[in-house]
Amino acid sequence: MQHQMEDFIRALRAADVGVSPAEAIDAHEAVARIGYADRELLKDALCATLAKSEDEVARFDRAFDNFFARSAFDLGEPPPEEGQASEPEAKLEDVSEEAAGSQLAQMILQGDANGLAQAIEKAGQDAQVSEIRLSTQKSRLTRRLLDELGVTEIEKIIAQARRLEDPGGEGLAKRLEAGKRALAAEAQRYVQRQHDLYAAESGRQLREELLARKALNAEGGIDPVDLQVMQALVRKMAKRLADRYSRRRNRAKKGHLDVRRTLRQSMAYGGVPFNVVWKTERVDKPKIVAICDVSKSVAATAQFLLTFLYSLNEVVDRLDAFAFSGRMIPVNQILDEHGVDKAILEVLRRIGFQQTDYGKALEDFAENHLDSLDRHTTVIFLGDARSNYADPRLDIMRTIHERSRSVIWLNPEPESYWSQGDSVMTRYLPFCHLAKTCNTLDQLERIIEDVLRQYVPH
Amino acid sequence: MAQAANSEPSANAFASVQTLIEGLAGVGYIASRRIATALYMAVNLQKPILVEGVAGVGKTELALSTAKLLDLPLIRMQCYEGLDESKALYEWKYGKQLLYTQILKDRMGAELADAQGMDEAMERLHGMGDMFFSEPFLEPRPLMKALREDDGCVLLIDEIDKSDEAFEAFLLEVLSAYQASVPELGVIKAKTPPIVFLTSNNVRDLGDALKRRCLHLHIPLPEASLERQIVASRVPDIEARLNHQLVGFVHALRELDLRKSPSISETVDWARALILMHADSLEPSLVRDTLNVILKFEQDIEAVEPQVSELLRTAEASA
Repeated sequence: MQHQMEDFIRALRAADVGVSPAEAIDAHEAVARIGYADRELLKDALCATLAKSEDEVARFDRAFDNFFARSAFDLGEPPPEEGQASEPEAKLEDVSEEAAGSQLAQMILQGDANGLAQAIEKAGQDAQVSEIRLSTQKSRLTRRLLDELGVTEIEKIIAQARRLEDPGGEGLAKRLEAGKRALAAEAQRYVQRQHDLYAAESGRQLREELLARKALNAEGGIDPVDLQVMQALVRKMAKRLADRYSRRRNRAKKGHLDVRRTLRQSMAYGGVPFNVVWKTERVDKPKIVAICDVSKSVAATAQFLLTFLYSLNEVVDRLDAFAFSGRMIPVNQILDEHGVDKAILEVLRRIGFQQTDYGKALEDFAENHLDSLDRHTTVIFLGDARSNYADPRLDIMRTIHERSRSVIWLNPEPESYWSQGDSVMTRYLPFCHLAKTCNTLDQLERIIEDVLRQYVPH
Repeated sequence: MAQAANSEPSANAFASVQTLIEGLAGVGYIASRRIATALYMAVNLQKPILVEGVAGVGKTELALSTAKLLDLPLIRMQCYEGLDESKALYEWKYGKQLLYTQILKDRMGAELADAQGMDEAMERLHGMGDMFFSEPFLEPRPLMKALREDDGCVLLIDEIDKSDEAFEAFLLEVLSAYQASVPELGVIKAKTPPIVFLTSNNVRDLGDALKRRCLHLHIPLPEASLERQIVASRVPDIEARLNHQLVGFVHALRELDLRKSPSISETVDWARALILMHADSLEPSLVRDTLNVILKFEQDIEAVEPQVSELLRTAEASA
């Protein structure tokens, strides 16, 4: 059973449930205490020791059910009982010496399901089926497993039996043929299960990784199939960032005496400074104003930028979100009131896909929302700065630049496009503390993280 | 003798998961199998147990019930931002120290009067100094109290996710070895390790080191049948029909996209409220009037109000 546990823990790790050696020891102790008899008890006990978050619990449940699923080996037809009238059948010994020595053939003929299951398990280990990574490896690994099992041997015996003069030869061949089919089917199931255990999750991870690096404004946009995965990714990202940066902390800064507070505390002790108070450094929660372009030219990206805004809005307290194409509107309320899909549709319905006019949008902002900027605010622009040759209103940009702590521009277009056509990016550049290309989720996360770390007041 | 009497119910209750479920039910906590198993493992492996779940699913209640079941004292520590060692573990009673030095000033003077030279005076003073940093001057805080309960206790560290990362790190020693170091006194080790519950609302992700030392239990919102049992156990006066309707309605609410879905504590509160109003079945108007008991956001109430009749029907159908 030791071996079983190790395999199970490996399967858990493959399923993205982090299991440290210490936790593995805990699991062994738990099992030692409760034993393997009660399956549900075993599951709950292992779950408590190994899965350490809600997501992990769900993944643990799946892996457990998969791992400990053992379907009974189905040999097709039962071996004919003694004395029963059946087709005449030759003995293995009649076929050849080799055949008589074949354990596998004997097990098939005796209907030894347990023995065969064990043989498959062993062959699976020899063929290293559990190293499976991709679903395309399945058929090759099944083949290899059957080779390890010695199916070629059976095939040879079948051919030899068919050539026998004895009429029983055909009967034997048929039985072996049926056994072989059952073995092949079982081998397939075995490989499938190993795939589910060790590779399915890594396949998903691979897909997520690729998606995170895929350009949001790629030709043809994002495949609708991937949309769900993408949105989940974005949410995870925003949560991760907010986790790290949204809490305000008082950090003790030893070495700087806070004389005022030390004196005040010492009053209680007759002026003796028992409690020495050090100056602390207060880390403020970031205050972010995000302004998102949702016009035609950035349509594909806009959806994700909005999703990102939405998720960030859920986790960061002080986020003012605005969206514009022709005119600018605040979208906080929309993001608050609706679910993510509906909120995005609602934003796009109200102002989406119109002719972009950065100048007008900035005017709207300057008129109504300039007050929300102060020296603690980080302003993030998300857009391509393609303004259809309208006045870019650099003066307002300058005001924003002067009023806020920092201005960051994330542009989905590569830098070489920035000054071409109607792009006014290069003219806005002097008023940005940081301007970067950002067209994959990976880049988005990295940049926002930088933003929170460097450009948000500490 | 007293100790033997204390340990008897515990021995019985923790004989198996099944007896534990029954024992908890006896003190009014209806536990699912997974909850009971986690608790059973925690006690048997002597590991702290980290309980997660949305507000109001009975995380804190589990610790309270365990204490009641085992007849052990419950020591509770509420975490918050800025909680530190001196509030969690121990503090010196500075005032008392100061007072004693003032009162004993003359005695000390007398003691030191016949000392030959500075060195000897210092020597004597050293001997006295430790008096003021000894047990009588120690103000034990929750963690220290828990370690010094010789017959064991239940220690509830509530909302650990609200505390700072530094405090989380500080907890590691207490949680893994059931001991704490006080520089002036040395290491204080628990004679009987306390049963430790940590609860978390997932305000932030906890560190891996902490998670590794704990067993993990996630309490989800319960299935309808379990929730009916809970309501029946908490509000014994409730009739089965009303209970069915009530739980069905709450479950229908949880399907909606709300800011804060009602959890078990809200269901129980609502049941109590309805009993007070002598209701024996749910009517749309009654539901509308009492909606504020289960929904805590104005927007949620506004969203749900027009759908009440419909929700009642689906609840009825599913029940």
